[in-house]
Amino acid sequence: MNFAVLQFPASNCDQDALHAVVGVLGQQGRLVWHKEESLAGFDAVIIPGGFSYGDYLRTGAMARFSPIMQPVQKFAAEGKPVLGICNGFQILCEAGLLPGALVRNRSLQFRCEHVFVKTVANDSPFTAQIPADKLLRVPIAHGEGCYFADEATLEKLKANGQVLWQYVNAQGEATEQSNPNGSLSNIAGICNEARNVAGLMPHPERACEPVLGSADGRLIFESLLGWMTARAKG
Amino acid sequence: MSNIVAQMKAKIIVTPKKAVVDPQGKTVQSVLEHIGFKGIGAVHVGKYLEIELPDNDAAGWQKRIDEACHKILSNPVIEDYQFTIE
Repeated sequence: MNFAVLQFPASNCDQDALHAVVGVLGQQGRLVWHKEESLAGFDAVIIPGGFSYGDYLRTGAMARFSPIMQPVQKFAAEGKPVLGICNGFQILCEAGLLPGALVRNRSLQFRCEHVFVKTVANDSPFTAQIPADKLLRVPIAHGEGCYFADEATLEKLKANGQVLWQYVNAQGEATEQSNPNGSLSNIAGICNEARNVAGLMPHPERACEPVLGSADGRLIFESLLGWMTARAKG
Repeated sequence: MSNIVAQMKAKIIVTPKKAVVDPQGKTVQSVLEHIGFKGIGAVHVGKYLEIELPDNDAAGWQKRIDEACHKILSNPVIEDYQFTIE
């Protein structure tokens, strides 16, 4: 499979994301500069973390209008997989590809630590291979990761099973203490209604090898790869 | 090439929606109270933007600035905006 890892001015997890899919999973892939205007030949898009455009105005607000985002909209509309990590999640929300928004952490602190997340819905391209009771230990590094959506949107997300991951404690409970940023319902990641576009604040690409302290993040990329392979076979 | 001389300005204020928790506002409020400004209500921290406009077409700019506010200068999911053109 061929992965496009988008690169905006001030993306800073682009190399890590590329390493996860090429170096760890052994797939094809390359960085795609934000001024490029085509995603021809790619099977999946990863929008990596960072501080695109210096987070000016709002996180993800400027990146949303980069030339590459037109083909991303089309790519997503065709049902192909798009994964936004951290700043990538923020960009997808700004672009309207995912509902809601990410706002300032309730603590006002930049949080940089490992957290546990529970997979809430296993029936998505991004979660299908994650064992039901497996908690993922993955790092977060963000100042604006507090997920917000109005009540109606939140209800719809839950009813449709679009909440993919929740922050939990080591026992798997979604408590207030285990919520690092004040996200509504401890939401760490969601997908769209069609389930082919997902975003999450934690960094699975930084947790794909034991040498990094956790290889749990790899399950997300392996899920995606499995889904893409099955889809390609028709 | 002539420099554009501002004839009017759009003055835009973007504020967090009431339903969105505003930890900055809460922190500013508590510090204000701490340093003696007792009896104040909630504080909301927003953004102020000024855009220089090259002509006096207030009605035309009203529509375009509104579009800009909706499209990029604010995020309607979490923010409200208001503006004047003068």
